[in-house]
Amino acid sequence: MARSALTGTRIRERRTALHVKQADLARSVGISAAYLNLIEHNRRRVGDDLLETLARALGVEPVALSEGAEAVLFDGLREAAVGAEKAGPELERIEEFVGRFPGWAAVLADRQARVGALERVVEAYAERMAQDPFLLDNLHEVLSAVTSLRSTAAILAETEDIEPEWRNRFLRTMAEESLRLSGTAESLVGYLDEMETAETGLAAPLEQLETWLAGRDWHLAELETDAPPAPEALIEGVPELASAAARELALAHVARAAAEARALPLAAFSDALAELGPEPGLLAARFGVPVGMVFRRLATLPPGLPGRVPAGLVACDGSGTLTLRRPVPGFAPPRFGAACPLWPLYEALARPAQPVRAVIDMAGRLPARFLAYAWCTQHPVGGFDGPVLREAMMLLLPAPPGREGNERAVGSSCRICPRAGCPGRREPSILPER
Amino acid sequence: MAQRQVLLIEDEPHIAEAIRFILGRAGWQVMLEANGAQALARIAELRPEAVILDLMLPGRSGLEILTDLRADPRLAATPVLMLTARGQARDREAAEQAGATAFLAKPFANADVVAALEAIAGAGTPGGAAAAVAGPGQR
Repeated sequence: MARSALTGTRIRERRTALHVKQADLARSVGISAAYLNLIEHNRRRVGDDLLETLARALGVEPVALSEGAEAVLFDGLREAAVGAEKAGPELERIEEFVGRFPGWAAVLADRQARVGALERVVEAYAERMAQDPFLLDNLHEVLSAVTSLRSTAAILAETEDIEPEWRNRFLRTMAEESLRLSGTAESLVGYLDEMETAETGLAAPLEQLETWLAGRDWHLAELETDAPPAPEALIEGVPELASAAARELALAHVARAAAEARALPLAAFSDALAELGPEPGLLAARFGVPVGMVFRRLATLPPGLPGRVPAGLVACDGSGTLTLRRPVPGFAPPRFGAACPLWPLYEALARPAQPVRAVIDMAGRLPARFLAYAWCTQHPVGGFDGPVLREAMMLLLPAPPGREGNERAVGSSCRICPRAGCPGRREPSILPER
Repeated sequence: MAQRQVLLIEDEPHIAEAIRFILGRAGWQVMLEANGAQALARIAELRPEAVILDLMLPGRSGLEILTDLRADPRLAATPVLMLTARGQARDREAAEQAGATAFLAKPFANADVVAALEAIAGAGTPGGAAAAVAGPGQR
């Protein structure tokens, strides 16, 4: 089975980097050196338990051995496969492809990202054209002029016995309609020129925000001081936030992060983590803050803070649309479209203010397990008569060791999820089922 | 035999003129109405064999005219050829719901105008047309 064809290579790389002899590593994990040799040359598949043991011995997360840095590449390639209409690629050999041609694979994944970005531009324009009254009027003008030009030209071309009087009339029509067409075209071009290019930037606004945050390890150290800068100052001139929409999202995010930094000071939070562990409910009670605030704080702590554990976070609004995606290795939320309906996130959305906790098993080339906490907050934004907005969040922490067997089987998004016979499936997968 | 009559409701004078010429050559008497607000009264007055109706009219949209036409028991059986913009699937859907007998997308080939009109008027014995529009939802 090809599911982790490169795992062995990564084990070998890691081992040699640590200057550990093959025989020593084999002995420490209780297998023969010959068997480890086969594994390292990708000729034996590594079971989940052995992988965990090896990872522990090598001091890395199991997912780092199974997914490696190519995880993003794989996602990009799978997305490219979704778009392939004819003769789908050999998905089952995707690892071999990435392993043998990392450069070409990177190019393809990069092109795929570019295609996705361009598709969003087209969508933005299409939406604009469907609603913009100026464009609609001008298009109607163009269509009318073209319609009468086409009919009139055909009459002149096809009617051999046309009376001179009619012929002159239709020639006049053509002259007038041509002028109208060129006038409309000019005004359209002028209008399109003036369209603010930033508004149709290449990445979706949320993606721009996430790119910026990822570049900073999701932590905004400036906010941890007694006199933090204004959100506007913090995002000024940030190249990733290219569109006005992204800057607006960033302002809202920074304002929330500043409030979180004030309510949950790093030193005190770190102490509480040491005492209580990363249990968001207990931490929220200790500091007297909303659970959602602890979720966000846990997912944006600075690397190296004592007590910090790697944490992923997704948030959604009442429609289920993802509003923030903070990935962790082994958990890659979908970049477009809807997520897995079996996520505890959506269970929480349907049960506001009630704690949801579950160990989830993310479908992937190597299943990754997480301890998921989910919580939904309601905001009655318009008083008793106004709408009540919901925000659900799901925090992903490392799963407790060992398999219980009752993990919840979930995925990222149906299109790239291999789970056979999933009760929540809403569209077929492009991956071979397992 | 009297010339067959069709009422063309279209606000673009050059398009109307071209259609009038094309259909005139094919043996139709084409009457023109450019004002959407007058359209229904003209149909009631002239009782044409068929109506060619532009969807985008100033004053009153072709959809509203069509809806009223289908609701009027005296006129409901009139076959209507709807002129829509190419690519506007939503417009077309709405016109279908409102009870259009057939569609023609702008810009069109001249021969298509004649063919589309002959097709709906040919089937246009009053009884047959009434049956065709009895359930607009079913086309």
